[in-house]
Amino acid sequence: MSQPTATPRPAEVLPADPKALAVALEATGYLPDEGLTTAAYLALAMGRPLFLEGEAGVGKTALAHALAEVTGRPMYRLQCYEGLEASQALYDWDFGRQLLHLRAAEAAGSGADTATLEAGLYDRRFLLARPLLQALEDAPSVLLVDEIDRADDEFEAFLLELLSDFTISIPELGTIRATTPPLVVLTSNRTREVHDALKRRCLYHWLEHPDFEREVAILRQRLPQVTEDLARQVARATAKLRSLDLLKPPGIAEAMDWATALHTLGARELDPETAARTLGAVLKYREDTDRVHALTRGALFGGG
Amino acid sequence: MAAEATAPPRQRDVVDVVLGFARTLRHAGVGASPDRVEAMLTAVAHLRVLDPTDVYWSGRLTLCASPDDLDRYDAAFAAYFAGEAPRRPQSSAQQEQRMAESAPLSASDEGAGEDSEEAPDLKAAASESEVLRHRDVSELSIAERDQLRRLFALLVPAAPMRPSRRRRPDLHGQVHMARTIRHALRDGGEITSLARRRARPRPRRVVLLVDVSGSMSPYADALLRFAHAAVRARPASTEVFTIGTRLTRVTREMRLRDPDKALAASGHAIPDWSGGTRIGEVLKAFLDRWGQRGTARGAVVVVCSDGWERGGTELLGEQMTRLHRLAHSVVWVNPHKGRVGYQPLTGGMQAALPAVDHFVAGHSLAAFEQLAGVIERA
Repeated sequence: MSQPTATPRPAEVLPADPKALAVALEATGYLPDEGLTTAAYLALAMGRPLFLEGEAGVGKTALAHALAEVTGRPMYRLQCYEGLEASQALYDWDFGRQLLHLRAAEAAGSGADTATLEAGLYDRRFLLARPLLQALEDAPSVLLVDEIDRADDEFEAFLLELLSDFTISIPELGTIRATTPPLVVLTSNRTREVHDALKRRCLYHWLEHPDFEREVAILRQRLPQVTEDLARQVARATAKLRSLDLLKPPGIAEAMDWATALHTLGARELDPETAARTLGAVLKYREDTDRVHALTRGALFGGG
Repeated sequence: MAAEATAPPRQRDVVDVVLGFARTLRHAGVGASPDRVEAMLTAVAHLRVLDPTDVYWSGRLTLCASPDDLDRYDAAFAAYFAGEAPRRPQSSAQQEQRMAESAPLSASDEGAGEDSEEAPDLKAAASESEVLRHRDVSELSIAERDQLRRLFALLVPAAPMRPSRRRRPDLHGQVHMARTIRHALRDGGEITSLARRRARPRPRRVVLLVDVSGSMSPYADALLRFAHAAVRARPASTEVFTIGTRLTRVTREMRLRDPDKALAASGHAIPDWSGGTRIGEVLKAFLDRWGQRGTARGAVVVVCSDGWERGGTELLGEQMTRLHRLAHSVVWVNPHKGRVGYQPLTGGMQAALPAVDHFVAGHSLAAFEQLAGVIERA
């Protein structure tokens, strides 16, 4: 149960232009491209939610973490799933504690009249704040609504209402309003078309796999222990795998796993044999693995 | 574009330029609605108006709504601002391929010879509409077709159901703790009755893949009408795609209330009407872009095709196995199955059948009624 923070944070200084934001993001270890920087900057400047779509593992969720670090705001994450309800996303009354409170009052035999006792039941301390309410109470904050495409349409409609005015009204307690709208990042893997009304309120950005140089830079930044040569070879091989028309093309996360796996095995460079042994870090389908094995390995992993 | 002007542009100019751009974009097929355009103006105001890259991104972030829009956006941006789009087009190879695939069908497919087949003698049958219900739709005259279309309006395919994660109050089922205690609070903390709940059934997704290639053209109209009836009955849980030389999603068009308008709109959206068939490749495109991501997962997938495959049948077999693993059940509708003495001998059918749960006919209204029942129980 999180209460609103007691100590006010110092007034935050937001980056003045996209370039400044890019520099700040790079300092946290997230290397964005031009479009993503502009998208994130506009989301901050315009106070509009940012809707990110793209293949799994291109860094949608990581961006929210990086933005929270850059702005120094606390981050709240709501993982969506089918059947997600308001009581898990917004708030819920802690019925158990309420009951305990009543019983305790009964046992103590305090002469409090029923009205006071009842009013005391719907106190903030009996309210369990869930991510959406937490993000509003703890404003300014970063709210990550992860994999919105997994939630059902009803939840989307509900979110729409919240994103338009950033208020939550609790019948027993009153309306809770964010002093500053939180920076909202919504991600989707596109398993389902999200309703247009929701997208209309957001900035839309389609994230693509990074280009070769950027991927090398990301690998080097995140995994300083991996040598430059290995990082370049892994990036090149991953790019080739992506062009192979696989069931699940590897994302950056997989490339990082792979580089880590190779480094753990003590490999200085990517040779066909080590590659074959560690392929499980990049490819997650048997069909994909078979296909890559069938191809001449030299063509795929050879050449520094 | 404004970038060429030496003096800073006036507010008015920027608005005009952006409005003009939005118009171009709408012509290109991107639904740049007024509120999105407003958002773009705000976005531009936060960036440098004279910088083409900033203008490009502020437009792309606010006006586009799906990856399908991006290529059109790039093209419209290049055309309108007479400049190069900063993002290199990634799918140019794919587009070329599409163009090449639209070649006409070779004579090996049937379809032309169908009219010559003798129609069964039906003059003695009871009522006219009862006869129509059982007639093969490919053998009807124009007037009969018209009448059959009206009969299609009576078709209401019911959706198959599945249990969902959401619960609803129920007399039996698990005990709902929170609700029980909430009720108990009213009685001073005394639990007088147990609240129970159980999973609420939800409609299972139905995905219809309708073959609109040349060999299927006598049946495509009827199949799309069936698809329209299915979409009208359950708009949120039904998806319709057409397959031919490429994959086209027509769900949106099918949601129009009037069947004739819906079919006309779909006709506009389908570029490969009466072309060749590449079921294997198109099925792969469906599974890559939609199926694997969720559209086919746990769904009832209905493939309406005669199984004439121009390419190799190996790919079709492979993709059908993949589809079968993802879907709850796979139904194959082949209009020719309604014929007496039909044997699934075409290569495509042979390859697909091992991965098919229900193999049904789809040649007459009565067959469609049966199909609706198969989908409901699938």
